Amino acid sequence: MAGTIVRTRAAVRLERRHRERDERRLLLVRVVAVLTVVLGLNYIGWRWLFSLNWDAAWIAIPLVVAETYSLIDVTLFALTVWRARRRTQAPVAPAGLTVDVFVTTYDEPVELVLDTVEAAKRITYPHLTWILDDGDRPELRRAAERAGVGYVTRGQDWHDRPRHAKAGNLNNAMMSTEGEFILILDADQVPEPEILDRTLGWFTDPRVALVQTPQEFRNVPARDPLGSDAPLFYGPIQQGKDGWNAAFFCGSNAILRREALMHLAIARYVAQVERNVHRALKQAHRVLTRALARDNGDDPLLDAALAALEHAVRETRRALAQGEPVGLCTFRLQRAVEEIAEEMVSVQLRELAADLADLGEVEAAQFAGSPPSETLHQLATGEASPLAAFAKVQALIRSIDVDLGGEAQPLMPLATISVTEDMATAMRLHAAGWKSVYHHETLAWGLAPEDLRTMMRQRLRWAQGTVQVMLRENPLVQRGLTLAQRLMYTATMWSYLSGFATVVYFLAPALFLTVGILPVDAGAVEFLLRFLPFLAVNRLLFLVASRGIPTRRGRQYSVALFPVWIRATRTAIGNVVFKRPLDFVVTPKTRQLGGVPWRLIFWQCAAAAVLLLASVVGVVRILLGVAEPVGTLVNLVWVGVDLAALAVLVPAIRYRGFGTEKGAIS
Amino acid sequence: MNQNVRHLDDGVAVLSLGGKLNMVSAPAVRESIAGLVAGGSSRVVVNLEGVEFLDSSGLGALISGLKSTRQAGGDLRIAAPGEQVRLVLRLTNMERVLVPFETAEEAFARA
Repeated sequence: MAGTIVRTRAAVRLERRHRERDERRLLLVRVVAVLTVVLGLNYIGWRWLFSLNWDAAWIAIPLVVAETYSLIDVTLFALTVWRARRRTQAPVAPAGLTVDVFVTTYDEPVELVLDTVEAAKRITYPHLTWILDDGDRPELRRAAERAGVGYVTRGQDWHDRPRHAKAGNLNNAMMSTEGEFILILDADQVPEPEILDRTLGWFTDPRVALVQTPQEFRNVPARDPLGSDAPLFYGPIQQGKDGWNAAFFCGSNAILRREALMHLAIARYVAQVERNVHRALKQAHRVLTRALARDNGDDPLLDAALAALEHAVRETRRALAQGEPVGLCTFRLQRAVEEIAEEMVSVQLRELAADLADLGEVEAAQFAGSPPSETLHQLATGEASPLAAFAKVQALIRSIDVDLGGEAQPLMPLATISVTEDMATAMRLHAAGWKSVYHHETLAWGLAPEDLRTMMRQRLRWAQGTVQVMLRENPLVQRGLTLAQRLMYTATMWSYLSGFATVVYFLAPALFLTVGILPVDAGAVEFLLRFLPFLAVNRLLFLVASRGIPTRRGRQYSVALFPVWIRATRTAIGNVVFKRPLDFVVTPKTRQLGGVPWRLIFWQCAAAAVLLLASVVGVVRILLGVAEPVGTLVNLVWVGVDLAALAVLVPAIRYRGFGTEKGAIS
Repeated sequence: MNQNVRHLDDGVAVLSLGGKLNMVSAPAVRESIAGLVAGGSSRVVVNLEGVEFLDSSGLGALISGLKSTRQAGGDLRIAAPGEQVRLVLRLTNMERVLVPFETAEEAFARA
């Protein structure tokens, strides 16, 4: 007993020492953060107000805009790490919680899925394991049976309706499972047995809806040629977001509270139904008013029907405005419309029969009584009816049902507005007042892409999804989010727009070195006095905030992948605004074969060629005495930094996959 | 959760539930309603008199039931909810879509 107590005291002391060190470090981060923003404003303010070269405005303005973009980017980063604290251990996981472990797969090899499933079965906290197979593969179904785990695939309802990729897969499975908590694992994410024991305790706070753990890889060599590791994100950035209660959901290795997701789904369902009904009724009203205005009174029967419809629609709108439930109103309206249609058609048929009888047709007698209901139905609904307005309103009213018939299921707990359903869902959870936790301990090990093409496709998808969310549900205008939460979501979205700034950062020095156009209208010394302090604290901020983890690779890739970011923004805007497809692709987890993919890196090669050429020209111009030496030197250094970032692609292209490196040496 | 089905004279099916309508029982309730619709009863009343607890998943089961009955040309109505159930309906705004009736017999009385 005594030993336990002593150890516990020692642990408490150690914990306190760690805390104190963390707080000191955080203080340093904050001091540097403030300095960065102040010196950044000092520089950018001077650039806008006193040093714009208006004679070369076409490059001067883009450059200062790009620099402003970068200042906002670093300011949002500073705000993020302002509260980047390490959490203490989670409370002990309470016994008796029910948990579903979902392993999501689309087309990954069966072996790979089964490795994850076997590991999932070994998770020590009691749970049920499920394979969510969007590929509907019989061999995987059999393997699931052999492994004794659940197997879920899409049902009939999803046929011919939007599938919503992974979000749809998860939403489908949520309807046929029942655990209080859901651990989501991508097919390649092999979990540690203690993953639930370590994390479930956070949910003892009933407002916590999400616990996200890091994503790390078991197939990435130390030098990380493809920039797969994201230690800055799964570290200070997530911890900082967590500090503002805005830790992100990243799609896998996360535990979610079912009640929170279902709550979101129901709130959205009700809102969507109401919106659809109001929109359709308004439209119906417009169509009817127009039809009645144009009506010349030739057809008293049609007039009566249109008037009856108009009355029904008006009554429904009035009832809704008075707060009558949508469910009953729509049901009654639909019944009313059916009756009006059938009444009209049966009158028409009776008149037709009478006309035919006058003409002495024998068959007319068949029609005279009650017309066969099938004919009636067809005439009332089909194209047989000449009454365009009537038909249109009828179709409108049919479409407004409370079942959201255009979707496979009325309830969509995970957001379906983006290919990165995770970010959109987390934002809705936060807006609904739920809390999230970032648990900084690697509890699952995944597979990173092993070639440049696959990696670039994955980054493209993340960037596209992020821009989609930014356009569809912009965090800055979402009700329910705190200001800090809005800014945390904006920070991530903002960083994906960097491709445009990068192009300007290539162009500006190239232009100066080749033709001597200087976008900055100031002496070199004055420029450096304003710029260098900002640059220095900027770097220092990354250094102290990252606590010694390597961040260089990440920064290089954010420059070197500039065509990917631009394409993502372009296609996401095309998708959201112009309804064009994203040409969405699932990231393959297995290596793609092939030679050097020159087409993939065309723009990077072009940029490198331009920069190299410009450097040569710049040196020649100095030797000829036509260039200003200090300015040329500054620009040469700048080009050198750009080229160093692009050079990260060379080892990336040469990379032949994990495990091939040792073989190459021997 | 207890479930039990009876049919009224006019063909309306009454599904009476007892116990907790939560994430544990939701899938079974969903299946029951789908079964009624498949068997030709598209007008369904879910009698909630015996339900002492309803959560979002339970509501989800009612909504998917509403969908299947409406698609078959009928409707799903709810009857006799208790205090907690009414509260959940109000908090989630679901009473805008699913109106509680006092008794199962009243639910379809005026079509």
